[in-house]
Amino acid sequence: MNDDQDSPSTGQSTLPAASEITAAPAAFGKYRAPTRAAFGLTSPVETSSVHLTINGQPREFHLAPWTTLLDALRLYAGLMGTKKGCDHGQCGACTVLVNGTRINSCLTLAVMQQGQQITTIEGLGTATSLSALQQAFIDHDAFQCGYCTPGQICSAQGLLYEGKAHTEDEIREQMSGNLCRCGAYVNILAAVKEVVDAQTA
Amino acid sequence: MSSTTLIGQPTSRVDGAIKVTGAATYAGEFVVPGLAYGYVVNSPIAKGRITQVHSAEVLALPGVLAVFSHENRLPLPDDDNCYMDQLAPGGSPFRPLFDATIKFNMQPVALVVAETYELARYAAAVLRLDYEQEPHQTDLSKQRGAAFKAPHQANGFYDYPPSRGLPEQAWASATHRVAGDYAHPTQHHNPMETFATTVEWRGDGQLTVYDKTQGTFNSQQYICNVFNLKKENVQVHSYFVGGAFGLALRPNYQVPLAVMAALALKRSVRVTLTRQQMFSLSYRPLALQHVKLGTNPDGSLATLHHEALQATSQFEPYAETVTHWSGVLYRCDNVKLEHLLAPLDVMTPVSMRAPGPTSGLFALEVALDELAYETGLDPVELRLRSYADRNGLMDKPFSSKKLRECYQQAAARFGWAQRNPEPRSMRHGDLLVGWGMASGVWDSSQAEAGAQATLTADGKLTVVNGVNGDIGTGTATVICQIAAETLGLPLSAVTFRQGESTMPAAPVQGASWTAGSVGTAVQKVCRQLREQLLTLAQQLPDSPWRQAGPSEIEFTDGKLGLLGQPETQISFSEVLRAHRLPHLEAEVTASPDAKRQQQYSVNVHNAVFVEVQVDPVIGTVRVTRLVEGVAAGRILNPKTARNQVLGGMVWGIGAALMEETVMDHRFGRFMNHSLAEYHLPVNADIRELEVIFVEEEDDIVNPLGAKGVGEIGILGVSAAIANAVYHATGRRLRELPITRDKLL
Ligand code: FES
Ligand code: FES
Repeated sequence: MNDDQDSPSTGQSTLPAASEITAAPAAFGKYRAPTRAAFGLTSPVETSSVHLTINGQPREFHLAPWTTLLDALRLYAGLMGTKKGCDHGQCGACTVLVNGTRINSCLTLAVMQQGQQITTIEGLGTATSLSALQQAFIDHDAFQCGYCTPGQICSAQGLLYEGKAHTEDEIREQMSGNLCRCGAYVNILAAVKEVVDAQTA
Repeated sequence: MSSTTLIGQPTSRVDGAIKVTGAATYAGEFVVPGLAYGYVVNSPIAKGRITQVHSAEVLALPGVLAVFSHENRLPLPDDDNCYMDQLAPGGSPFRPLFDATIKFNMQPVALVVAETYELARYAAAVLRLDYEQEPHQTDLSKQRGAAFKAPHQANGFYDYPPSRGLPEQAWASATHRVAGDYAHPTQHHNPMETFATTVEWRGDGQLTVYDKTQGTFNSQQYICNVFNLKKENVQVHSYFVGGAFGLALRPNYQVPLAVMAALALKRSVRVTLTRQQMFSLSYRPLALQHVKLGTNPDGSLATLHHEALQATSQFEPYAETVTHWSGVLYRCDNVKLEHLLAPLDVMTPVSMRAPGPTSGLFALEVALDELAYETGLDPVELRLRSYADRNGLMDKPFSSKKLRECYQQAAARFGWAQRNPEPRSMRHGDLLVGWGMASGVWDSSQAEAGAQATLTADGKLTVVNGVNGDIGTGTATVICQIAAETLGLPLSAVTFRQGESTMPAAPVQGASWTAGSVGTAVQKVCRQLREQLLTLAQQLPDSPWRQAGPSEIEFTDGKLGLLGQPETQISFSEVLRAHRLPHLEAEVTASPDAKRQQQYSVNVHNAVFVEVQVDPVIGTVRVTRLVEGVAAGRILNPKTARNQVLGGMVWGIGAALMEETVMDHRFGRFMNHSLAEYHLPVNADIRELEVIFVEEEDDIVNPLGAKGVGEIGILGVSAAIANAVYHATGRRLRELPITRDKLL
C-alpha cells in the first residue's frame, strides 16, 4: 500500500519501470515523485460488511475491503491484545487462531475470513482463569516486555492443537515464526514444553 | 528489622497476568474519543530540499483531515535548546517538518491525518512531493578526512578517553604483538512494538500523551519546549513499553508529529510507525577500529592501542564509549585510546544496549584471542595475567570486582579445561566444533529519584514513581519486592503505580540504573513509613513498644512488634485505626552519595564461554552452548535478572551471526529495512544458555547493593563466538556479522 516509501526510485511523473528503481541516480537534480493515478482509486472509503465470530461472539463490521484481520481486531473490534510488529508476516506478533489454526492476522484481509471463528489472546484465558500456557509463561518468565507474548501464546496454542511438536528441537523449530526481540526464547521453550509434556503424558 | 526476605527471591512478575492475557496496553493502543490517525511520509532522497508538496490531491479525498509539512506546520521555535532532550549530544537536534531541508534518507517530510487508519495509509502512499536532490555522503570509510575527536562529555560519560604511559615505545619493545582492523556494523534496535504516540485532546487545554518512551519526564519536557506548552498542561503516560533497548531514550519524531496534529486539529491523534519506518530512526553506528596489543615477557599486557572511527549525523555529534573500556578491563601501563567521529548524511545514532563496549570490546576481545595464540597462553590465563585491580582509565579502585570468580565458575561449568587449543581439532560428526571465550565490563550508577507511598488502614501499600512503563526489565516486580520487604508486608499487599509525568521524578531508563535508583527511593520512603508507624504505635496507651529503639522492633507480615516476641505484635491497620487515620503518607527524594561514589569505579563484569558447531561444507554456524558468569552485586530477583542476561546473550548471538543494517550508498538508504531482511535470532537459533550470578557484595553503588543487569549480558558474547569460530575453523574473522559468505 505504501511501497513508494519502501524503495527509492528515480522515476519521472509515472510509476518507474523496474529497471529504473534499481538504477543509481544518473545525476543529482530534480526528483519528481511518481503519481499513483494508475491505481484509479478515487474513493477509498467504500466499505464492505464482514461477519466474524470473535472469541465466541458474533460480530459485524463495515470495513474498507483492504482492512487486514489484524487491523479489524485492533481498531474495529477493540481487541488490542493482538499485536502488530511488522504488518508483513515477518514477526508473528499478530498470531491468532482461525478455526483453531494459527495464522498471521496481518497477512489476511478481514473480508477473507467471512464467517470464520477467530480466537485471540483475550479468548484463551483471563487474569482470574489463566490457560495452562498463560500460567506456564508466567511461571517460566517466558517474556520481558510482553509485546510478542500474545502472539507466542496463540502460536503455542495452535502448536498444541497440531500435535506435531514433542521434542525441544521440534518446539523451537515450530515456534520460530514468532520473534521475541527481548530474547526470552529459552524460557518460552521451557513454558511450551511443560504444557506439551502435560498434554501428552 | 523486617524479617520477610523478598529481595533476592525469584518472584514471578507482578504484571505477568496482565501481559499473558493481552490486557497490557501499549502507547499506540489507548482508545480515546474522536481519534484521528496520522501516517508519516518519509523522504526517498538522502540530501536536498523539498520543492513542492502536492497536498491538494490528497486533501480532496473524503475523510482526509490534514496534510502537515514544512509548508503549513505550526509555529516552531528556532532555537536548538528547545529541541534538546535530556540525552541530546549537543549540536543541532533534528526538527521534524521544520523546513524544506532533507538531511537523511527516510526523514519524515509530511504527516497525513485521516478519519481512519486505512485512509491515512492510502493517502500517505499517494501523496506526491518533489525534491531538489544534492550529492550525499553515507560511506564512513570515505569520510575519514572529516573526522573529529568524539566529545564524550556531552553524552554524560567521562571525557575523551585519555591515553597513558608510553604506548609507542612499549609497542616497539613488546615480546609478542598482534594488530588488526575490526568492524562492528550498523544495527537497529527493532523492538517488537513499533514507535507510537497517542495524543488525547481533552478540550480543556490539556493534552494527555501516551508515549512509547524510556523517559516519561524527558518526553514531557521535550513536548513543552518544542510547542511552548506549560508542564501542567501536558501529561505523559507510559504504562507498558514493547521493548526499547535505548531507542526510546530520546523522543522520536512521531512524538512532535502527533502533538502538532492534535494541537492544530484540536482533536486526538495517534501516529504509529511502520516496521520500515523503524529504520528511519536512530541506531547503533558502524564502528571501524584498529587494535594493537603487545606483551611483556611474562605474558602480561605491555601495551594496548585501540582506535575507533564511528559514524554520526551531520547535525549531532553522538558519541559512545567505544574505546574507553579497553582502558578499564585490563591492567596495562601503556595505553593509547582514540575515538573519532565522522559526520554522514544520516540520522543521528543513539544508545543501543551496552552502547560503546558492544562494538569496542568485540574488537579488543578478539584481539586478545589472537594474542593468546601468539603467546601460547590459554585465553583465560592470558586475561588473568593482566587482571586489573584498579580502573586504570580513571585511576580509581573498584567498589567491588568479582571478575576472577566469573572466569572460574563459568569456565568450570562449561568444562573449559577440556579444550584442545589447536584450531580444527574438535569435531562432532561432520561438524567442526569450536570453543571460545571473552569478557565484558559496564558501568553502574545511581541517579536521583523520588518516591511517594501511601499505607491505607486496610494494610495495603501503594508506592508511586513516574518511571516509564515496564520495558521488560521487571521494574515493577523488583520495586514491589523492595517495598514489601522494607515495610514488612506480604507482596500481595503492595501495588506499584508508575508511568505518569505527574508522579515523583525518575531518571530516563537507561544504563541499567533504574532498579538501583528508583529502588533506593522506594526503600527510603518505606523506611519513613516504618518510622511513622513506630511513632504512632508508641503513642498508644499501654504500648509494650514504648521504650523500644528501632532496632528492637520487627516489622513483618503487616504487623510490628518486639523482636522475637510475637505476642507483642500489632497490625499496621490497628495502629492506624487507633489513631483514626485513614492512611499514612510519605514522599522522598533519594540522591546518590556522589562524594563516596566518585572515589570508586563502580562496574559490573562478566565472562562468557561459547561452543559453536560449524558446517565446513555450507558454512553455517550454530551456537550450541553458552555459559555466562556475571558479577553484578546483589541480584534483586534472580528470575527476572536471569531473563535480562539471557536476552543479552540472544542479542550477542544476533550480533555475531546475523544482524547488520546495510546501506546502499547510491541512495544513502538502509536497504534491508524489514524483519525479513534484517535478521534477528529466532527460537531455533537458540540452544543452551546458562547464567551464573557470582556472589558480589557492594555497599558503594547504592544502598541496595544492586548494580543492574540490563546491559552486561550482551558483552563478550559476539567476541566469544568469533573466537570459537576461529577455534573451529582456523578462520579469523574481524568483521561482524559472521555470515557464510565470509566464512567460506
Ligand atoms: S504483524 Fe503480522 S507477522 Fe508481524
Ligand atoms: S517479550 Fe519483548 S519481544 Fe518478546
